[in-house]
Amino acid sequence: MNEKLVVIGNGMAGIRAVEELLKLAPEKYDITVFGAEPHPNYNRILLSPVLTGEKQFSEIVSNDDAWYVEHGITLHKGKTVTEINRKQRYVKAADGTTAAYDRLLIATGSNPFMLPVPGKDLPGVIGFRDFADIETMLQAAKEYRHAVVIGGGLLGLEAANGLMKQGMKVTVVHLPEVLMERQLDTPAAKMLKKSLEDRGLEFVLQGVTEEIIGKKRVQGVRLKDGRELTADLVVMAVGIRPNIELAKKSGIYCERGIVVNDTMQSYDPSIYAVGECVQHRGQTYGLVAPLFEQAKVCANHLAHFGIARYEGSITSTKLKVTGIDLFSAGNFSGGPDTEEIVLQDAGAGMYKKVVLKDNRIQGAVMYGDTMDGAWYFQLMRDGTDVSGLRDKLLFGQAHLGDAGHGDIKSRVVAMADSTEICGCNGVCKGTIVKTIVDKKLFTLEEVRAHTKASSSCGSCTGLVENLLAATLGGDYSTTPKKKPLCPCTEHTHDEVRLAIRNQSLKTMLSVFKTLEWTTPDGCNKCRPALNFYLLVAWPGEYVDDNQSRFINERVHANIQKDGTYSVIPRIWGGETTPGELRALAEIAEKYEVPTVHITGGQRIDFLGIKKETLPLIWGDLTKAGFVSGHAYGKAMRTVKTCVGKNWCRFGTQDSTTMGIGLEKMTWGTWTPHKFKLAVSGCPRNCAEATIKDFGVVCVDSGYELHVGGNGGVKVRATDFLCAVKTPEEVLEYCAAFLQVYREEAHYLERTAPWVERIGLAYIKKRVVEDAESRKQAAERYRTSQRYSQIDPWAERAKGLDKHEFIPLKLVG
Amino acid sequence: MSAVKMKTQNDWIEIGTLDDIPRQGARVVKRVDGDIAVFRTLDDTLFALRDRCPHKGGQLSQGIVYGNKVACPLHDWKISLDTGMAVAPDEGCAARFPVRVESGKVFLSLTPDDGCPNS
Repeated sequence: MNEKLVVIGNGMAGIRAVEELLKLAPEKYDITVFGAEPHPNYNRILLSPVLTGEKQFSEIVSNDDAWYVEHGITLHKGKTVTEINRKQRYVKAADGTTAAYDRLLIATGSNPFMLPVPGKDLPGVIGFRDFADIETMLQAAKEYRHAVVIGGGLLGLEAANGLMKQGMKVTVVHLPEVLMERQLDTPAAKMLKKSLEDRGLEFVLQGVTEEIIGKKRVQGVRLKDGRELTADLVVMAVGIRPNIELAKKSGIYCERGIVVNDTMQSYDPSIYAVGECVQHRGQTYGLVAPLFEQAKVCANHLAHFGIARYEGSITSTKLKVTGIDLFSAGNFSGGPDTEEIVLQDAGAGMYKKVVLKDNRIQGAVMYGDTMDGAWYFQLMRDGTDVSGLRDKLLFGQAHLGDAGHGDIKSRVVAMADSTEICGCNGVCKGTIVKTIVDKKLFTLEEVRAHTKASSSCGSCTGLVENLLAATLGGDYSTTPKKKPLCPCTEHTHDEVRLAIRNQSLKTMLSVFKTLEWTTPDGCNKCRPALNFYLLVAWPGEYVDDNQSRFINERVHANIQKDGTYSVIPRIWGGETTPGELRALAEIAEKYEVPTVHITGGQRIDFLGIKKETLPLIWGDLTKAGFVSGHAYGKAMRTVKTCVGKNWCRFGTQDSTTMGIGLEKMTWGTWTPHKFKLAVSGCPRNCAEATIKDFGVVCVDSGYELHVGGNGGVKVRATDFLCAVKTPEEVLEYCAAFLQVYREEAHYLERTAPWVERIGLAYIKKRVVEDAESRKQAAERYRTSQRYSQIDPWAERAKGLDKHEFIPLKLVG
Repeated sequence: MSAVKMKTQNDWIEIGTLDDIPRQGARVVKRVDGDIAVFRTLDDTLFALRDRCPHKGGQLSQGIVYGNKVACPLHDWKISLDTGMAVAPDEGCAARFPVRVESGKVFLSLTPDDGCPNS
């Protein structure tokens, strides 16, 4: 027989937990749900648009009665649970209905806080919480004229706006000096007030409600200063209180809310709680995103999976008043050790403030132009070091200079429909907008799938996101979620890497199993990533999975558009000899290589090689002393050098020998993305070391080390890491940097975005300041190199993976 | 295409053994009329498709095989191995060829199934 799960509360948090549970373990429980309201589960946050008339109630129902039937859930609508018997494990509703449980989930939400003033119980005095309140308001709007909303927070203003839309004359009484003081700072709140006043709302700030007057029904509100406001309807929106009466009565430990641990378990281990009724790490939440995170964790434990933890949420807010753009997140008030960057244009109705601590965003408030809200929130959640973008931060993401679109000053809205947004796939603005509208797209991934825009090099991602935001307006979700590694899992790159190390996962199948992959053998996104992560975590132990590598890495050559391959042997430090060149020339002639090209990395590229020919040509190259140049892999590519002081009159060090030394140390390394090096003999920097992943610029006193450069999609000059004196130090610092990159960057993340994400300060700490950390990282790198410096061409010339290079059968 | 296509016994040829094809991989049968890719999935099911992506002609045999899909190595279109159809929202198909295993030996029919013009 199945275990029994009883859920008290048919609201957003409780039902989301049930939905998550059904995904994980659909057969585990017989589920019974009690709901005090006479409705099926609906989306409470969309009550505001129902009040304004922008939506119908039926549109905000999330799960209709049929859904409960379909999943075999017993639903008791309109039944309030009044008793939990924890000894005999059953609950009892006011009408006498009982249900036994093995596990109980309390999701009773919150109640509006009603000011304890005389007259609070008069007819016409309500909170703003459920559909019954909306019905009362809509009815009042038909019959009466004057409404007073007490409370100028998020909820109060939405109620006031809705009542005004329904034709009432509305006054908002608010105790503090500014509106929405929990979400807004003073300048933004003032702008909001003005804009709402322009729409017809009236405000009494610092208004203290003393009494609600009326005989049979509310007639007015008397304030402490003696003023009386006429009111046929009073909506109290001064805050919510977790609804914990039942839990308290049943002896479950409560403070402000039902106290739960990181698995959403109360002090009674068979009783869980989620949503607004919960107090977690001293915090209660009234916004929807945290509730959903809690529901997910709770479901994971109800399903006996036992791996998820809720660690609290950082929240952001948007006001759902059509035509008013407002965004706030995190700690926007700042403190003694924070800094603020502010951009204010009252005339244009625009205000932005970002609060920083140690160059990381702590909070943001935006009014008027909230396009970049999601971006700031993402930077904040990721803890990105923004020191490099401070001067442009408030102008928004579009001003960071996406490559190929250089200096976009005007926003996407101003662009012509024929403007090409995605240069890789030739997709214009008009096409993207039309597809978003026609196919009802809501996310970047959907736009990528349907239009291909932003699906190749990704440099136009910011533009496409802005187009989505501009096209969808308020419907575009600006709540960034933690980003899963791929659609097969909910776990992020970092979580997966951590699990591989901490839980000693040493095969791809054990990763799939332990981390509950939703697919039997992953996909073409996660498999190459996992193969790399396992390889880095267990050098010499993990067996490389060829079938999880992209074709180029599987056959150690670069596939071309016609299905032939290119072959680039390593030319150490870009220095060669007549003998080597002669050998290359002879091989090229022998195999009738159609095109011979000099690459940007100082090497020679044979193009148009048929797959069957690869092992033969490699055999000849091996005999002539060449090894694979790894020009096809997410791997160390090449070390570009200049001739240095041996020849150049400006040269300060032997840059060529330094480059060869680096290449001898690093060849064969697999990396999260391609990795390029260069050594320049003097600050004139002819080898372009400052746009490489690791660049060395020789100076008279030694070597300057630079990291995180990129000359590709988005040009980025390196950050200066440090200066060292000897070639041995250059090698050690390079090895340590490479190893930290290999161990901590996400798969397919170049060093440039990685350095921007985690901050140069962190890399300096690991590679420069902490000598012990550097030495250990360099040592781990050298250990892993012992297993990877095996020339893949020589092996394959001798017959390894033969099946990759010959057809199964020839017909006709 | 004729309404009734006669499939004769002669269509079937032996192309090798199951072990010749790597799991989660593919091998190519070369043909004057266009190559055929023979795929083997994780659970040892075999599929055969014309080795030509409906997008820009990439060799599907060189892609990463996962589930019942292959990702084209050129521009990452996903093709369903069981239907030969591109995974939505992409549109197009690669013709399917009947393939079967008998006591470890793999047999392929050179007559494509109906339903896709790209054979």
